[in-house]
Amino acid sequence: MQRDVFGLIYAGEENLRLGELINKRNVAALPIAGRYRILDFVLSNMVNSNIRNIGIITKRNYQSLMDHLDSGKDWDLSRKRDGLFILPPYDTVENSAVHEGMLDSLAGAGAYLRKVPQEYCLYSASSLIYNATYNEMFRQHIERNADITILYCKRSAGSSRCVSNFSNLSMEMDENERVRNAHFCTSRDEPGLIGLECMLIKKDLLKYLLDNAVARNKHNLIQDVILENINRLHVYGYEYTGYVSKIDCVAGYYKANMDMLLPEVQKDLFYQSNSIYTKTKDEAPAKYGSQAEVHNSLIASGCKIEGKVEDSILFRGVYVAPGVTLKNCIVMQDSQIYENASLNKVILDKNVSIRPGSVLAGNEQYPFIIPKGAIA
Amino acid sequence: MVGKKKCVAMLLAGGQGSRLYALTQKRAKPAVEFGGKYRIIDFPLSNCTNSGIDTVGVLTQYEPLELNAYIGNGAPWDLDGMNSGAYVLPPYVKGKKGEWYAGTANAIYQNINFIDRYNPDYVLVLSGDQIYKMDYNDMLRVHQDNNADATIAVIEVPMKEASRFGIMNTDAEMRIVEFEEKPQNPKSNTASMGIYIFSWAKMRDYLIADANDETSEKDFGKNIIPKMLENGERMFAYLFEGCWRDVGTIDSLWEANMELLGENPALNLDDDDMRIYTRNYTNPAHFISDTGIVHNSIVSDGCVIEGEVEHCVLHDGVRIGKGTKIKDSIIMSNTIIGENCEINKAILDGDIRVWDNAVIGGQEGKITVLGSGTVVGKGATIEEGAMIAPDQKID
Repeated sequence: MQRDVFGLIYAGEENLRLGELINKRNVAALPIAGRYRILDFVLSNMVNSNIRNIGIITKRNYQSLMDHLDSGKDWDLSRKRDGLFILPPYDTVENSAVHEGMLDSLAGAGAYLRKVPQEYCLYSASSLIYNATYNEMFRQHIERNADITILYCKRSAGSSRCVSNFSNLSMEMDENERVRNAHFCTSRDEPGLIGLECMLIKKDLLKYLLDNAVARNKHNLIQDVILENINRLHVYGYEYTGYVSKIDCVAGYYKANMDMLLPEVQKDLFYQSNSIYTKTKDEAPAKYGSQAEVHNSLIASGCKIEGKVEDSILFRGVYVAPGVTLKNCIVMQDSQIYENASLNKVILDKNVSIRPGSVLAGNEQYPFIIPKGAIA
Repeated sequence: MVGKKKCVAMLLAGGQGSRLYALTQKRAKPAVEFGGKYRIIDFPLSNCTNSGIDTVGVLTQYEPLELNAYIGNGAPWDLDGMNSGAYVLPPYVKGKKGEWYAGTANAIYQNINFIDRYNPDYVLVLSGDQIYKMDYNDMLRVHQDNNADATIAVIEVPMKEASRFGIMNTDAEMRIVEFEEKPQNPKSNTASMGIYIFSWAKMRDYLIADANDETSEKDFGKNIIPKMLENGERMFAYLFEGCWRDVGTIDSLWEANMELLGENPALNLDDDDMRIYTRNYTNPAHFISDTGIVHNSIVSDGCVIEGEVEHCVLHDGVRIGKGTKIKDSIIMSNTIIGENCEINKAILDGDIRVWDNAVIGGQEGKITVLGSGTVVGKGATIEEGAMIAPDQKID
């Protein structure tokens, strides 16, 4: 049924609060959960909803993302008809090198928007982690004759779910889930009905709204398009009830990874009828030595473990030498931790080497980040 | 018209592997799982890719469904190029008659048309039941340098075991002077690995002659090789010095798996230059819970381990419940083991369900084997050395 829908993913999020983690990549390409990149989740959700034409808007440092996506084959998107389209920044005569906001990037995708044969657009940001399909949301969208349907989740006071950005919408809805008012969250844990930066809209309407906003020198999708028109258009919400988190700061990234150690989160994300796809690597399976002591941890293939690992996430090809203690750590692909090093609440980016005997520690709000390729 | 190929590989994957009993009752031997995430056939297919041989005919006959689905278009081994591919070749009807593959040589004979499409100079014949990493280019170079008609890969086996193999006796130039199938008093210890390179024009003639010979068993080892020797063709041995494991029996399969668990195993699966490719399934990273303990083991993606695992090979998606202790065992894909079970020296095929408190295997050192799809009820006991056929219910 989703043959009528194409996907449009905005992978141009700037986020300085992710610090060194996105120095050399964009947020969408940030590794997560042992073997995925953040984008894998939204991308797989679309594929699992039978959406077969997906455009990905990129903006800055997207080399890493392109390496990851390649032809789209691993998401079954390398097809003769439709498939995966990467939409890099596009300058026009009227609009040269202006990228002040998301709208400029979206306008740059104009050629793609004109070309896609599907009638409806499922627009999404790239930095949300959840496993769902959009089939039911689409059905309701049609049934309600909605102009826009926004995916949202309920957040109650003190709830830890949905690590949210200030730029997320908090929406007020009537009993029919029609959105009557909305504002930006004023704190990161504001309770309410929080938008998940994902909406369904007719392609023609999206183009009209975009052109209109761009013509008036507006730059923001949410402020200038959604909020501006909230009472003119039929905007509805569609609730998502499973696990979700948004990656928008180091603490949020750290927490989202640690959440993956909870069985209920694993069940929500990985053991549904729909899988999350990612680039395949032909790593050998993980190997445990005689002194390995691993508890409450996610371990990817290609790891060699001879030390102690607790409450941690190890990506593919990580080496943990004898005598090492890792606690509450995130260790990205191909990093090596040598003899007797001791690490607590540390994020090791890809290809990091930790010298023998090193002692490093951070805390939950400010985990210690060792950048890509460093020797510490 | 397809382009000419220098060398085409023909992979004999039709064998039943009857000595693997329950593991091959529902699938061909090359489809048997190995080493945590592989299947036996991944090794020859990856060797082909790593050697730049991009056209592989896979000859299937026995229980081919699982194998056919597994090979698909050959993409996991990078064999899906514009002018390359992995082609599954089952027996088919020709003109008015159709027949099964009557032997290894007959299987190739029946596919002469397939090979002719590529007009190759050489044909590499492989078997689908061995675990090894080999660059076939070296062997091909030796074959060319010798201006040979056939080159046979050999490996040195311990002298006392030589009588179990086909032994190639060679002169100082490695030219084969004599071939003895399972000799009582072997003259040397260079055993045939069942890997051959033939110059196609020559081989083609012999295959046709063999097909017309009613007394022939249509087998490479028994008919083609002896015949070529008899006629004085240029036949050479190529000594392979890497790690090679025949996994044709339960014992040898178990041992080859366990060998991977040692430090610096002879078969290095982690070598970037000779990667073994396999069909990857979408599984998350594996999870070891608070109660999980894993030592000296290989664990693949998607496993969830809450029990104790010592000296085991666990394939994709295996679940081990709390309080369960598993030792010296191989657990294949998606098998689920409940709580407080005890498993010793066993091979559990894929998709098995073992309920709580079951006991499988014992302490005397005999290997216990469970076929795929078996359900082991709560508190059931499976005696050491048992061989349980697939899809059984055991209470």
